[in-house]
Amino acid sequence: MDAILLQVLNGLDKGAAYALIALGLTLIFGTLGVVNFAHGALFMLGAFCAVTINKVLTLQKVVLSQTETTAWGTPLEIRTPLAQEWFGDLGLTIIDFSVPISILAAIPVMLLIGVVMERGLIRYFYKRPHAEQILVTFGLAIVLQEIIKAFFGANPIQQNAPEMLQGAIDFGALFGNPGALVYPLWRMVYLAFSVIVILSVFAFLQFTTFGMVVRAGMADRETVGLLGIDIDRRFTIVFGIAAVVAGTAGVMYTPILPPDYHMGMDFLVLSFVVVVVGGMGSLGGAVSAGFLLGILQSFASMSEIRDLLAKVGIIGLDQIIIYLIAIVILLVRPRGLMGRKGVME
Amino acid sequence: MLSLFTKSSEKSDLLLLALFAVVVFAMPIWLAPFGAAYPDLMQRFAIYGIFATGFNILFGLTGYLSFGHAAFLGVGSYTAVWTFKLLGMNPIPAIIAAIIVAGLFALLIGFISLRRSGIYFSILTLAFAQMCYNLAYSVLTPITNGETGLRVLRDDLRLFDAPTVGDGGPLLSHIGGIEMTGMPGFYFAAVLLVIMVGLAMRIFRSPFGMMLKAVKTNQTRLNYTGVNTRPYTLAAFVISGMYAGLAGALLCVIDPLAGAERMQWTASGEVVLMTILGGVGTIIGPILGAALIKYFENIFSAFNDQTLNDIFSFLPDQLQEGFVSVTSLFVGEGWNLSLGILFVIIVVFLPGGVTEGLNRIGRFGLRRLGIGHKSKNEDETSPAPGE
Amino acid sequence: MGILEVRDVNKNFGGLKALHNVNLDVQEGSVHAIIGPNGAGKSTLLNCFIGRLTPDTGSVMFNGSTLLGLKPHEINQAGVVRVFQTPEIFSELSLLENVMIPAFAKRDGAFKLNAFSDVARHGEIREKAMHMLEEVGLANDRDKTSSSMSRGDKRRLELAMCLVQDPVLLLLDEPTAGMSRADTNATIDLLKKIGGRGVTKIVIEHDMHVVFSLADRISVLAQGTVIVEDIPSKIKGNEKVQEAYLGGAHL
Ligand SMILES: Nc1ncnc2c1ncn2[C@@H]1O[C@H](COP(=O)(O)OP(=O)(O)OP(=O)(O)O)[C@@H](O)[C@H]1O
Ligand SMILES: [Mg+2]
Repeated sequence: MDAILLQVLNGLDKGAAYALIALGLTLIFGTLGVVNFAHGALFMLGAFCAVTINKVLTLQKVVLSQTETTAWGTPLEIRTPLAQEWFGDLGLTIIDFSVPISILAAIPVMLLIGVVMERGLIRYFYKRPHAEQILVTFGLAIVLQEIIKAFFGANPIQQNAPEMLQGAIDFGALFGNPGALVYPLWRMVYLAFSVIVILSVFAFLQFTTFGMVVRAGMADRETVGLLGIDIDRRFTIVFGIAAVVAGTAGVMYTPILPPDYHMGMDFLVLSFVVVVVGGMGSLGGAVSAGFLLGILQSFASMSEIRDLLAKVGIIGLDQIIIYLIAIVILLVRPRGLMGRKGVME
Repeated sequence: MLSLFTKSSEKSDLLLLALFAVVVFAMPIWLAPFGAAYPDLMQRFAIYGIFATGFNILFGLTGYLSFGHAAFLGVGSYTAVWTFKLLGMNPIPAIIAAIIVAGLFALLIGFISLRRSGIYFSILTLAFAQMCYNLAYSVLTPITNGETGLRVLRDDLRLFDAPTVGDGGPLLSHIGGIEMTGMPGFYFAAVLLVIMVGLAMRIFRSPFGMMLKAVKTNQTRLNYTGVNTRPYTLAAFVISGMYAGLAGALLCVIDPLAGAERMQWTASGEVVLMTILGGVGTIIGPILGAALIKYFENIFSAFNDQTLNDIFSFLPDQLQEGFVSVTSLFVGEGWNLSLGILFVIIVVFLPGGVTEGLNRIGRFGLRRLGIGHKSKNEDETSPAPGE
Repeated sequence: MGILEVRDVNKNFGGLKALHNVNLDVQEGSVHAIIGPNGAGKSTLLNCFIGRLTPDTGSVMFNGSTLLGLKPHEINQAGVVRVFQTPEIFSELSLLENVMIPAFAKRDGAFKLNAFSDVARHGEIREKAMHMLEEVGLANDRDKTSSSMSRGDKRRLELAMCLVQDPVLLLLDEPTAGMSRADTNATIDLLKKIGGRGVTKIVIEHDMHVVFSLADRISVLAQGTVIVEDIPSKIKGNEKVQEAYLGGAHL
């Protein structure tokens, strides 16, 4: 029972990442009608916002020690982060909290990136064939990830959660069975963050006029256009929001998975599968399919289940479970779990 | 595109193919001034030419954009190496086996993916390819040898030629004692390229090809015309998968090593780019695109800071440093960045690819010269999408 | 016994009753016109015959076997061919190719892997297509791409694409809409000519000139229901029909 709960929890954080990316994809797709192959790159850019902020915060001042020497007899270098020098202990705390702080930086940065992308490139493709939309965003994804590779190298860069959030919660203790269900604190934070973001996006769409227009646009783009509503500006903002959602998701994910330049594409492929399973154009579908597939993936990688499957000759299911489910769903429910009729058919 | 049916005839096609063969076989001569006349590179021109030609049969004719064709390339490679291991180093059984196995894979993947069209199809093929890649890396390690890659070993079975291959030297594919590296390797691939292009030309001009074009323009209408489009698209998918399998096998003929990275999405994206760059839906375009990309990849990735410093050494020191650091972003390791930018530029400004570009220039030139605005010849090479 | 028997067909779109207990008997070799005001459900009815829509209830029998549940290409292969209201053609292909495709489909069935024979080798198909283009008066444009054509020409091409298949039952959804008077008359003549070949036709038309010069029987559809079915001379004076049109087309 505890093991099952643990797997559910484990699946939730991966699922949350899928859900957040898929949410943005669906939003862009539903309103702009563009399938954004560069959306994974936005997730990756967000993660590298965190890396950059961390680098900036930990810029160091190097002083050669007058008194102490190293084992080689050279003067010992004393490195103090500038932040510490300027702000003292507060500085250290700031460094410790670099990931959450990065969120603040990532929001305007990602918004800007999103707006520039949409205004500078994507908007010229609204009326072009879907194949060309895919191609141009795909090219853009390559460009973005190669730029990151050029600046940050090819290796993953470890980021740490703030110290106070690095521990784990012992859920088992709550049920009088300490140690049975230990869950890292940061993942809890990540989960909470995702839920908040998802809820705010939904609330935004549900309760604001802007959101109402966007939803109307997703249901019937032409009519909304005919009403004389300035769709263009709204498209830009929607794209910006989707970029922020993906980007902040990327920031928060860094302590869970050290970011590297190709993480975007890795996540994108799975997020696409999530979107297809959830039903293209359905926000609720994207989110629920994201969590669902995350959990299923984590179950398939559970060692008990792996052993069990190996006994009947099935191995490696955890590697491909998502794809298999997608295939089955597409065969029995071509529109996905919550897909609407007539979307992209 | 019209011209393929109405103006050109079978005879003129044969003539074109003969011309193409001459151009391909003479590559060692006319590529020399470009510094591209060495076998290793020319082999890649031919092999990726085959890959892109096959891809174009699917994408160019039916409009179905597959993002997972690298999977078939990889399957072809693995099959070829296994044939080497089991039967011996003769390339012929290897390519036949690779074509068959890749075809079967394409049948399976196509059968499922083609239930949807448009974006769904692209996503499904991408997912399948990623799945194959994951499997090749992990569970299927006994077959694929995982990260290390699959190669032929001295103590492999090699039913038919184990005794004849001497001990020293690397294990190479060979026909009748001629090893398939260097120039023989190139000519082997070149002959296959010409054959495969000939087949593609036939397909383009056949009733089957015409149906595929109709699928691209209006699939629904075609259904109401009494055509069951599913088997047509599936056949196109399988054929193009077989081309990819052949290309994958050839990669192993010239270098008997198969690795999973050949199946990654970047490889799938590359063949899309080759086709787009050259010109979708044209016979020569994809081959041109493949050659251009492999050529520039070769040149660009050879650059390093040293060579760049040499190039910019005429500049004052400060400027030199700046230039070197900027350009080094785009060459060497950064070649993929240039590739991505090229990709975007082509899609934005020249969706018809190089062939369309040349065509525009040609048309412009003709108009300037006061020769009518539509000559027959020019029309022959003009098929761009959306025309 | 008609060649096409439609029994109690109902079709709802959400709350809208697009078709309500529609019955229809079309005699072999006859021309049956369906008329009615805009939105009456005429196109919807045809869509139920060719597999684009499935009726909620009711049956559609063609030559004694049902059409319901068949795939669009199977229905076409059975000989039921439709001319679309808005021309749907293969816009990137030439006119000749547009007509050759249905001709191939007729000869080779729903699928044939004809991948290695040259199109030019299939002379009889080409001849047939050319002949059809001549009949609709488009022979001179055979090498043009069809996207560049006028609306009227597209309709004629559409007609050629359907006629080349030698249909058993031809469904015509407003075949002359958007055509000039002269073209309309030419089309009427053409349709009469193929009538001589024993083709059964169902014609939907707003142009009463066309209807009365072609039809053997007329069904009047209004708000999804057949209000009258009779021979043309009886329809002309029918009050119910006048009422249904009320300010619409004049009879
Ligand atoms: N796919 C659909 N979904 C919802 N409603 C539809 C659909 N197709 C048709 N309708 C509605 O059904 C009714 C009948 O439409 P239909 O096209 O059959 O009319 P029609 O008699 O052919 O008219 P017209 O003379 O204008 O062609 C109309 O009210 C139309 O709006
Ligand atoms: Mg109608």
